[in-house]
Amino acid sequence: MSDDLAALAARTEADLAAAADLRALEAVRVAVLGKSGALTGLLKGLGALPAEERKARGAALNALKAELEAAIEARRAVLEAAALEARLAAERADMTLPPRPFAPGGKGGIHPISRTMEELTAIFGAMGFRVVEGPDVESDWYNFAALNIPDHHPARQDQDTFYLPGEIEGHRAVLRTQTSPLQIRTMLAASPPLRIIAPGRTYRADHDATHSPMFHQVEGLVIEQGITLGHLKGCLTDFLRAFFGIADLPVRFRSSYFPFTEPSMEVDIGWNRRTGELGAGSDWLEILGSGMVHPRVLANCGLDPRVWQGFAFGMGIERITMLKHGMADLRPFFEGDLRWLSHYAASPLAPASLHEGV
Amino acid sequence: MKFTLSWLREHLETSASLEALTTTLSAIGIEVEGVEDRAAALAPFRIARVIEAVPHPNADRLRALRVDVGDGRELSVVCGAPNARTGMLGVAALPGAFIPGTGITLKAGEIRGVKSEAMMLSAREMGLGEDHSGIVELPADAPVGESYARWAGLDDPVIEIKVTPNRGDALSVRGVARDLAAAGLGTLRPWSAPAIVPAYDSPLRWRIEDPRACTWVLGRAVRGLRNGPSPRWLQDRLTAIGLRPISALVDVTNFFTFALGRPLHVFDVAKVTGDTLTMRMARPGESLLALNGRSYALTEEDGVIADAAGPEALGGIIGGEHSGCDETTTECFIECALFDPVRVALSGRRHGIVTDARARFERGIDPGLLRPGLEAATAMIVELCGGEASRISEAGAEPAWRREATLRFARVRELGGLELSPELCVARLERLGFTVTARDAARVTVAVPSWRNDIAAPLHLDQAPGLDPARAAAAAEGCAAVEAEHDLVEEVLRLGGLDAVPAVSLPRAAPVPPPALDAKQARAALARRVLAARGLLECVSYGFLERRLAALFGETPEGLRLENPIASDLDQMRPTPLASLALAAARNVARGLGDVALCEIGGGYRDTSPAGQLAIAAGLRAGRTPANWAAPARAVDAFDAKGDALAVLEALGVPMAALQVTADAPAHYHPGRSGVLRQGPKTVLARFGQLHPQLCRVLDLPEETVGFEIFLDAVPEPKRRRKAAAEMPPFQPIRRDFAFLVDASVPAEKLLRAAQGAERGLIAEVALFDRYAGERLPEGKVSLAIEVTLQPRERTLTDAEIEAVAQKIVAAVAKATGGVLRG
Repeated sequence: MSDDLAALAARTEADLAAAADLRALEAVRVAVLGKSGALTGLLKGLGALPAEERKARGAALNALKAELEAAIEARRAVLEAAALEARLAAERADMTLPPRPFAPGGKGGIHPISRTMEELTAIFGAMGFRVVEGPDVESDWYNFAALNIPDHHPARQDQDTFYLPGEIEGHRAVLRTQTSPLQIRTMLAASPPLRIIAPGRTYRADHDATHSPMFHQVEGLVIEQGITLGHLKGCLTDFLRAFFGIADLPVRFRSSYFPFTEPSMEVDIGWNRRTGELGAGSDWLEILGSGMVHPRVLANCGLDPRVWQGFAFGMGIERITMLKHGMADLRPFFEGDLRWLSHYAASPLAPASLHEGV
Repeated sequence: MKFTLSWLREHLETSASLEALTTTLSAIGIEVEGVEDRAAALAPFRIARVIEAVPHPNADRLRALRVDVGDGRELSVVCGAPNARTGMLGVAALPGAFIPGTGITLKAGEIRGVKSEAMMLSAREMGLGEDHSGIVELPADAPVGESYARWAGLDDPVIEIKVTPNRGDALSVRGVARDLAAAGLGTLRPWSAPAIVPAYDSPLRWRIEDPRACTWVLGRAVRGLRNGPSPRWLQDRLTAIGLRPISALVDVTNFFTFALGRPLHVFDVAKVTGDTLTMRMARPGESLLALNGRSYALTEEDGVIADAAGPEALGGIIGGEHSGCDETTTECFIECALFDPVRVALSGRRHGIVTDARARFERGIDPGLLRPGLEAATAMIVELCGGEASRISEAGAEPAWRREATLRFARVRELGGLELSPELCVARLERLGFTVTARDAARVTVAVPSWRNDIAAPLHLDQAPGLDPARAAAAAEGCAAVEAEHDLVEEVLRLGGLDAVPAVSLPRAAPVPPPALDAKQARAALARRVLAARGLLECVSYGFLERRLAALFGETPEGLRLENPIASDLDQMRPTPLASLALAAARNVARGLGDVALCEIGGGYRDTSPAGQLAIAAGLRAGRTPANWAAPARAVDAFDAKGDALAVLEALGVPMAALQVTADAPAHYHPGRSGVLRQGPKTVLARFGQLHPQLCRVLDLPEETVGFEIFLDAVPEPKRRRKAAAEMPPFQPIRRDFAFLVDASVPAEKLLRAAQGAERGLIAEVALFDRYAGERLPEGKVSLAIEVTLQPRERTLTDAEIEAVAQKIVAAVAKATGGVLRG
């Protein structure tokens, strides 16, 4: 580097170090790199040089320019951080001051999914069920193996599972694909008789107009002596009619298969496919899966299937919410759009209760 | 799986209607996903003869036809088709018929002075393809007046079913027919394989090198064959169910896959290297170019069929391109094997190959059908392609599949809730192919048919670790004792339809049920209602979000990063629902909805343990409060967030007097305008404040964005103590105001506590009603003004006593804060 450039570099660095705020920094930048800045002037003067000198000089000037620009930006970052820190310090307020005695106003509300969970709780609660909850991040033993879904089982493929690295208690970590793990957790934690529902978040690697990678399910489990498939039918029919508020809602049970129940069945309700009206018309709509708890599931939890039996069921909370309220699209449930939320939100002052009507 | 009604009728003799068949299938566990009845759209079209075709008198390109539609009339038809000519047979539509290809309903009319009373149709107009070069021409023997659909064999409805993972046997037309017959909808027609007279020794032999790859395999060659297109009936049948006809040999294997659920593979003998096909595990570095045109790198866990040159098929999943049959094949070798369902399922999943063979093998194949299946396929190949069959080559042995199961008749009622006579139970089982080996009044023992791999299957348990060993053993023993009986109860029940089981409401466990929610759950519900009542709209958001954004709100450990996210911006479990709310707020702001008030009660994730998944009630406000004449709109501030958090904590029974605010909120908050609410020095109940300006800049949120997070798990369960009696002294309360000059750095809370504690028996309440800082005060000082309420309990206070209390308050404040009373 020629002497004049070294001097310019040294001078600029000193100026930068001395620049105490962003305004001073800007002045330094203009003095060097601005329209009539020192370095800009040198660059302009290149044209007057003989061709053989021009190349080397030009390269040196450009190198210096890049170096100074970097130095300015580095200084700018320091000064900006300092300015922000100074601003934040100046804005410091006494957070121990008591808040205003009233809320800022505006109308709030409860998400339709929460509302449906409240209604589920009220109705099943009246039938003697209690609510249990469990973790979203589960081991695949709780989510699959204990529920008689071994690793190779075709049912594992129907449920596109999200995996996390690492293990939980020696088993693979997954985001639960169903709230059925709560069956297992409940049977391991408490002794029969048991009546529980487990509403909660579930995750599957699936995303389109009718599937969301996160959605909600409610699982139900009854373990008691003398419980038969007839009770399963009665309990679910009672629930569906209460939830949809249609005393004579047609309910149909079709034989099916789930790894964790036997006999298994899918449950349909009557509706009109064209109008979407529930309880009317001659079409059937599949709404939930259920069955008598599989002896292997009982045995996996240490319950002797010769002594204990019962039923389990699972249904999609979004699905029954959409049906009940005639909502067409699943996606807005999770988008947090104020317009959708305020349109569909439930009042916090009218919680679901049987005596006021769900 | 799809099949046609006529195909079903080959196995099922029935007078039941299509609707009865499909309704029954759905009821007994073979869900009908759809019925495609191609004949319905073609119903109005009849075969017709053109009696005469002459040029239209008034149009060069049209013809005037006289048409016989078989009902004795002679109709006048104007037609533009170039091939319309005297004597030809075609298809006619009469007025009122809907024409699928044009979307219009036909009307009689007149075209340039000639009546047109019907329409001659092209294939495209009937919705049967793209051909519109002319009207359809039928052979001379087509019956005039007959339904075209019936004559063309298009009146065969296609039924699509969804077969559950346990029912490999129902992935076949015969299996479906058997279930329908057992449900009372007809009789299963007998079927047996034709006997083959072998003519020569098989040129290939089997060797099982590794029983993991295959336990039993049969094969035989057919030589001197010609492998052309398969006959029309076979092509039609495969086309109807969505398969592409390829060649006679391949079509035969597909036919038996669907007819009997017996997948087969055919090798071209000329293309096999050496004289041995070996069942073995793949070796490192081996690959297979499969029949689907793709190449697969095999692993040592994949079972293959190999010749001297290497793998020629992935066992039970897909054949190889190299040794497959084509039109040059003159000698084929038919493979009919039994593969392990688990290995097929895992290999298929590993390579992402979905085939009809895999679907059947992973559900379980009928081990009794290997020999009959091979004989039947041989017979059809010889029939369609000519040639002669070799002797059978075989390796391995038939596995021990024979099992028994016992049903105690009472269990149908005790488990299934339905009273069924023993006769009916036994009859249903027998119609399904079970054979009775023993029976008394209480029970029946049956032999399980070879095709029902799902009944009395080998016991597989995965019991919870840590169970008491005796208890675990009793449970396992119980399972072994009743599982097969469960299987039989299900069979007996499903065939009659579950609608037959009477519904019984659950017996009441208690006259008045106990609360459904425990204390913690009830607290979350209450928190939700408090926040909604304070004007926040509840959201429900995904538990995962983009890692870069999640990191703005806390730790993003590697262990909480999804291995297979559905999108790269949904890959990290969130540290707090506040992060999701910030993103939702930003979306609203971007839509011009700048005044946001949202909350969410959901998970915040620290690690994968249950304790590391926190229940957090979070809220966020941005922008301004609502416009109103009496309470002018203003920007939201940290005290709104504090107010929200305190309202929830108070509702949850946290004693407000015990709460402390510390200034150490995490980095997503403004360091000078945020706080942490603690109960005691260790327990963090909540944090609140303005969000950090840099974070707001990154997320495109207004700087006036505040938020809070309440850690519901940390909120202690309130003590269920009976309340003390309300204190209602008869003496009037007295209020006195004080204004103190204190250092600006003194927290107001300190002053309030000092005043409150100055005379515990008398001071009922202290309220801060003014805070002033400004030019009338010395630099660095603020004025805090409080209203103190004194509540005498025993008698009215004298002025001197009130003055004494005031002195105590001033002294206490001075001691705690250095503050002095303003003059």
